[in-house]
Amino acid sequence: MTNDVTSRRGPDVLLGVAIAAVAAVYVRAFAFTPIEARQGAAQRILYIHASSAFVALYLAFVLLAIASILYLWLKDEKLDRVAESSAEVGLVFTTVVLITGPLWGKTIWGAWWTWDARLTSTLFLWFIILSYSMLRGAVEDRGRRARYSAVLGILAALLVPFIHLSVYMFRTLHPMPILLKPSTPSMPSEMRMTFFAAFIAFALLFAALLRKRYRIATLRDLVADREQETA
Amino acid sequence: MARLVVSGLDQLATPPVVVARGLSRVFSGRKAVDGVSFSLQAGDCLALFGPNGAGKTTLLRLLAGLLTPSGGLCLVGGASLRDGPLARGQVGLVSHASMLYSALSARENVEFAARMHGMSDAVGAARNALAAMRVLDRAETPVRALSRGLQQRVSIARAIVHVPRLLLCDEPYTGLDEVGSAALTAALAERRASGAALLLVTHNLSEGLALATHAAIMRRGKLARYEARAEVDASTYASEYREMVTLDA
Amino acid sequence: MPEMTPPGTMRAAWIVARKDLAIEFRTRTAFLSALVFALLGVTIFYFAWDSTAVAANDLAPGVLWVIFIFAALLGLQRSFGSELADRAIDGLLGAPVSRESIYLGKALANLVFVCGVLAVTLPAVVLFYNLPMDRGVLALAGVALLAAIGLVAIGTLFSAMAVNTRMAELLLPMLSLPFFVPIVMGAAQSSARLMAGRPVAEAWPWLRILVAFDIVFVVACTLAFPFTLDE
Repeated sequence: MTNDVTSRRGPDVLLGVAIAAVAAVYVRAFAFTPIEARQGAAQRILYIHASSAFVALYLAFVLLAIASILYLWLKDEKLDRVAESSAEVGLVFTTVVLITGPLWGKTIWGAWWTWDARLTSTLFLWFIILSYSMLRGAVEDRGRRARYSAVLGILAALLVPFIHLSVYMFRTLHPMPILLKPSTPSMPSEMRMTFFAAFIAFALLFAALLRKRYRIATLRDLVADREQETA
Repeated sequence: MARLVVSGLDQLATPPVVVARGLSRVFSGRKAVDGVSFSLQAGDCLALFGPNGAGKTTLLRLLAGLLTPSGGLCLVGGASLRDGPLARGQVGLVSHASMLYSALSARENVEFAARMHGMSDAVGAARNALAAMRVLDRAETPVRALSRGLQQRVSIARAIVHVPRLLLCDEPYTGLDEVGSAALTAALAERRASGAALLLVTHNLSEGLALATHAAIMRRGKLARYEARAEVDASTYASEYREMVTLDA
Repeated sequence: MPEMTPPGTMRAAWIVARKDLAIEFRTRTAFLSALVFALLGVTIFYFAWDSTAVAANDLAPGVLWVIFIFAALLGLQRSFGSELADRAIDGLLGAPVSRESIYLGKALANLVFVCGVLAVTLPAVVLFYNLPMDRGVLALAGVALLAAIGLVAIGTLFSAMAVNTRMAELLLPMLSLPFFVPIVMGAAQSSARLMAGRPVAEAWPWLRILVAFDIVFVVACTLAFPFTLDE
């Protein structure tokens, strides 16, 4: 019984394309896009930062939430594997946001961490995905693990709006260091294009990594099934 | 109400207490219960034997409404267990674990069970159940201070307090002394006489066959043998059973 | 046949809550531990700050909320322990009551537990931090009740899951704390304003978050609870 997912042996085309796309964005960012006047070269970090944030929240997390709801409804193991993969890849992207954010912040504001609303929300998102991974690690039975994870995924999806709102309200009530707005509507078109290209490239990267991770999960479960059969 | 004819049992006018048809339960790809079908009338007692891992406990949990079947159906008193919580109220379960709260007294445990079943006189019902199992004198003792045998008796009292129509017992004689065993047998006989059906899982052939009207052997999720007690020849049954158990060990 | 009417959801929840409280009252260890922890915490916090730099008045609400959530977690840990010890949960699951009533009953008992801890901790904070005994304290109590509802809703659900895992004591805080963030923010911000004598309208945005959180998560956790059971 060969599975379509596991029998593919050739090079991972999607991953290759995604990496090429990211590289292309960087070439474009360094060679063809003007440097933002006030922020200097460090502004280029934002191409990674904003794109990763976009991917982490809107792709990874939303996918996690949807897969969780669908799993509880349809009870299909594949959906659990999608959720699992989405969480793990999402965690990577969220970590990237949390690393590039302070790097940019230190260069621009002179402070590593300023409890900026978006960065703080991302920090909490990071904690949430981390606790999701810990839950998965703590439950051994597959069916139970899938169910518990799905419940947590849905509750986390309900939590995120509350976190965003609370953090935003907290920030607007507390004075902050004067911020230079990172991306204003008055962006030159080349920058906007680069941002757009960066989003696409990172989305592709997410899809490629997700698919790889999904395959690993499928193989792992297949191996566990075989072991149980022979046991 | 569908009338079920299952190998050897006659069609009767009154609806069966429990009907299982093609009942299955799958755990991670493995069929713990595989297409089990039988039915019990009021006053029947099915003694279920089988090697460890045969699926007897899983079957009992399915019948008690603690597990949802992967396939097939199960009706208790004509109502499907899947249709809602009410059908469960007719079932009583005695299992390996005591299902008691060790910090509470015997009386409190049994009263709690009575209340959860919605009995209007929970206190009286609890007293009756504890008296039937000969533990009324220890009713105020916290369960954790009772011996294993006495705990088992309280557990049985908890299972019968709501006068269930179907009583499922998973090796209930384990840990009981003579007084306890006699009390249990009397309680089971009383339940049978009042029109309940019993399903008794046991390794002890003589104890099991004593009360039984039917006997069955479960093996690898399936009912390998199922017959009326009258047709069971205890000696050949015993040797065949022993053979099965050693083969599966 | 004796008279029998299976209890409805609320009645069954009440019976379960009474049983849980009877167990807690009998042993008292969890309650006393939580209480001692709370009192010690409140005391230690006082010495952790430089009282010449930060007025006790400003410190107090923050201390209260932090200690509160950790004391609540202590209590929530033992929520499902008694059910698993001798498989008493099978008795609950075999009863002709809805699964949701089990959750609601336990949550109710936990709420009483947490309010009990609060009933001692709040006066202790007022005493040790020399808070003026005026309407502000009543407001504080009201906000604490709202916060307790949210805490208990989340904590009861997660303890149902955590109790089945290997790292229950670690997992419950890890899962719950991200969810406690909006609660603490809402409670701290609104209580700070109310205690400073500000008009309710100023505290309202934060109170609204608390109330919304409570409603959303009491419903969500009640609906999610049956999925945490092995059926």
